[in-house]
Parts: sequence; C-alpha cells; structure tokens
Amino acid sequence: MPPIERKFTLHVPSSTENLALIREFVSSIGAQAGMNDQEVANIELAVDEACANVIEHAYGHDVTKEVVVRAILDDDTLWIKVEDTGRGFDPDAVGEEDLPHLIEQHKSGGLGMRIMRTVMDEVRYEIVPGQKNELHMMKKIQKSRKTHE
Amino acid sequence: MPNPFVLLTSERDGIVVISLEGFLDAHTAPRFEESVQSEMKLGRYRIVVDCEKLTYISSAGLGVFMSFIEEIREQSGDIKICGLVPKVRHTFEILGFHDIFDLVDDVQSAVLRFAGMRAGEGAS
Repeated sequence: MPPIERKFTLHVPSSTENLALIREFVSSIGAQAGMNDQEVANIELAVDEACANVIEHAYGHDVTKEVVVRAILDDDTLWIKVEDTGRGFDPDAVGEEDLPHLIEQHKSGGLGMRIMRTVMDEVRYEIVPGQKNELHMMKKIQKSRKTHE
Repeated sequence: MPNPFVLLTSERDGIVVISLEGFLDAHTAPRFEESVQSEMKLGRYRIVVDCEKLTYISSAGLGVFMSFIEEIREQSGDIKICGLVPKVRHTFEILGFHDIFDLVDDVQSAVLRFAGMRAGEGAS
C-alpha cells in the first residue's frame, strides 16, 4: 500500500510580523509527524530562516507580496517548500567561512543558510529567473521513535 | 499573531544588563540591535544579555551579537550571555557561538566574570 501523504499550505503576507505564525504552522506539522521537541524546533528554525530571507531579500519587505509555505508529510519524510516570486539569488554564493572570520569581517549574512543546511537532511533551490524561487527542504522521520513512542 | 518580545535594560555594578523575553527573530532583532547600539554610543561596553525568558532565537538575533562583539572587545568590554534555555542554547551551538561568546548561568555569574576581567583586560 503506498504511503499516505498529507499536504498543508500556508499563505501569508510578506512581513516579518508573520514569522511567528509560520513557525507555529510548521511546528504543528512536525508534532503531527511524531518528531521530538528538538526536531520540531529544528524544522521551525529552518523554515523561519527561509521565510525571513524571502521577506527581507526576495521581497524587500513589500507586504503586498505573499510567502507560500507548503508541507508534504508521509511516513518517512517531511518536505517543506517555500515559494516566492521575488528577487532570486545564487545559493552557491553563500560561503562557508568560519565564525571568527565572519566576525572579523563584520559580516553576519549567510547564517540562515548555514542553519538550514545543518538541521535539515536536504536543502535545494529551484530558481527560474524572473518567475519564481522555490526552496525545498527535507527532514527524514525517525521510524524507530515513531514505533516506540 | 503578536510577537511577544520584551526588552528591558538595567544596570548592575556599572554593567549594563539587557533582559530579553519572548521571540528574538527577524521581526524583533532590530529592537535589540538599537538597544546595544545606544549603550555603545554612551561608551558602555560591558554588557550582560539575560536570556532567561527568551524562548526563541533565529539567526537575525544571533547576528546582532556577531555584529558588535569585535568593536566591544576592542574597547576592552564584552557581551556575556546568560540564562539560555535548552532550545535557545541549541541554536547558539548550531552555529558555534558557544566557542566565541561567554555563556554563563545567570546574571550574577556574568557580573562576576566582568569583575574578573578588570584592569583593561578584554575577553579573548
């Protein structure tokens, strides 16, 4: 029998004020997936970072724009997709410099991307210049815990 | 949805204590940034950030610590961070902030750390 897939979608105006709402949305889905508190916190953080990037950089705080967060949950994985139609960027341009080096250079950018790559099992961008940007993130669901808890 | 963020500034033994409560994210980080900047403008470089009631932090909040720490240490000051709840501490650790910043248990311990680095001795 194929795994049952559950889909959730949230549309919010592009304002940092809505980050708390977005976090609540993904936390509920993480909890529904049977993830523990730490994993739920990681998902919440990764999606916050992704959406904050969209609101601040892709849309430049234009509240007339919309951030779309989609989640697809099955037995094994939680996929999160963050969509926007704003300015795209080159994810490969985000460096891997160490923290002391960033501090020395008075740079604090790129931390969000670093968090996403650390806490999620997969992070990839699909960018169609001038049309849409999609960030796909995946977290595997630990089967042993689902069985025993 | 309201963003429950509260920032209070006080002074203890000549050290600035900034107490944070609620969510420190891209929405609320500018308020924290302004607060640190205004202390620096007044020449106050010995700062304790009390996170006991902080329930969430994202990179926007961490970026504030990062932006100012070098200048503050150049002035023989420091930012001591105290009272981190496990969830917030985890975010600090993801990015290796625990290696760069002095994380202590409570405000009293943070103030005592400053007492130990008097005579113009900045943090490493």
